[in-house]
Amino acid sequence: MNGHNNPGATRREVLKAAATMAAAGSVAILTISPSQATPAEMKAALRQVIGEAKIKRGKVKLDVPPLVENGNTVALSVAVESPMTPSDHVKAIHIFNEKNPQPNIISIRLGPRAGRASVATRIRLADTQQIVAIAEMSDGSFWSDTADVIVTIAACLEDLQ
Amino acid sequence: MARALINIPAKARRGEIITIKTLISHAMETGYRYTTTGTRIPRDIIHSFVVTYNGEEIFSAELFPAISANPFLTFHTIATESGKIEFTWTGDNGYSVTEQAMIKVE
Repeated sequence: MNGHNNPGATRREVLKAAATMAAAGSVAILTISPSQATPAEMKAALRQVIGEAKIKRGKVKLDVPPLVENGNTVALSVAVESPMTPSDHVKAIHIFNEKNPQPNIISIRLGPRAGRASVATRIRLADTQQIVAIAEMSDGSFWSDTADVIVTIAACLEDLQ
Repeated sequence: MARALINIPAKARRGEIITIKTLISHAMETGYRYTTTGTRIPRDIIHSFVVTYNGEEIFSAELFPAISANPFLTFHTIATESGKIEFTWTGDNGYSVTEQAMIKVE
């Protein structure tokens, strides 16, 4: 157990996890996968950003392909219905996910000078899950939209052993 | 080293809504991956992106590890006057890149 043949703690853990997995079946896969956020954590992160305000459905349009082959780059776009005038505009757009290691994806701040409240980016998704986009209006109201995405190849996984 | 691509119309009419597309080369290392020897690869991401139009902030974003490598962002702004649009990406380990683009408004 010493010298050149020392397996090291990490390898031991992996072997132990593998043994547990074999014993307990598919449920134990969770023990070696990277830490995942949960829908509850997403709600907590969401509340941290927007406070206790009530979120209404509508006005926001979140566009994500329903079936994604590669979770490393998922095209995502959000458009919010708003005249974008100094008195009535979108102040911020926040996007959250349920099952990545971290619930936040991006927080965008814009203002009347944007002209159009519409943004697009590319994101990573670690699992099949739901994505939420929330728009914060200048009058203090919050609007949201959700989208379900099925992911075939998850982000990160290919580099894990 | 850091290569940034900015797509913006060279000319615009006053009051026109223009589309700006930006892409910057960056690995966006999440901090959740491990090497083959089991050591965690530390997080190295761009965490903030700010756009100013003649010195006034028009757009900003806080990025998280869930943003893909080579962050790409599309957004809009109203062409108000001729001048300089400046883009700043700031990240972990002292990463900071500033690029600018000129626009002519008629």
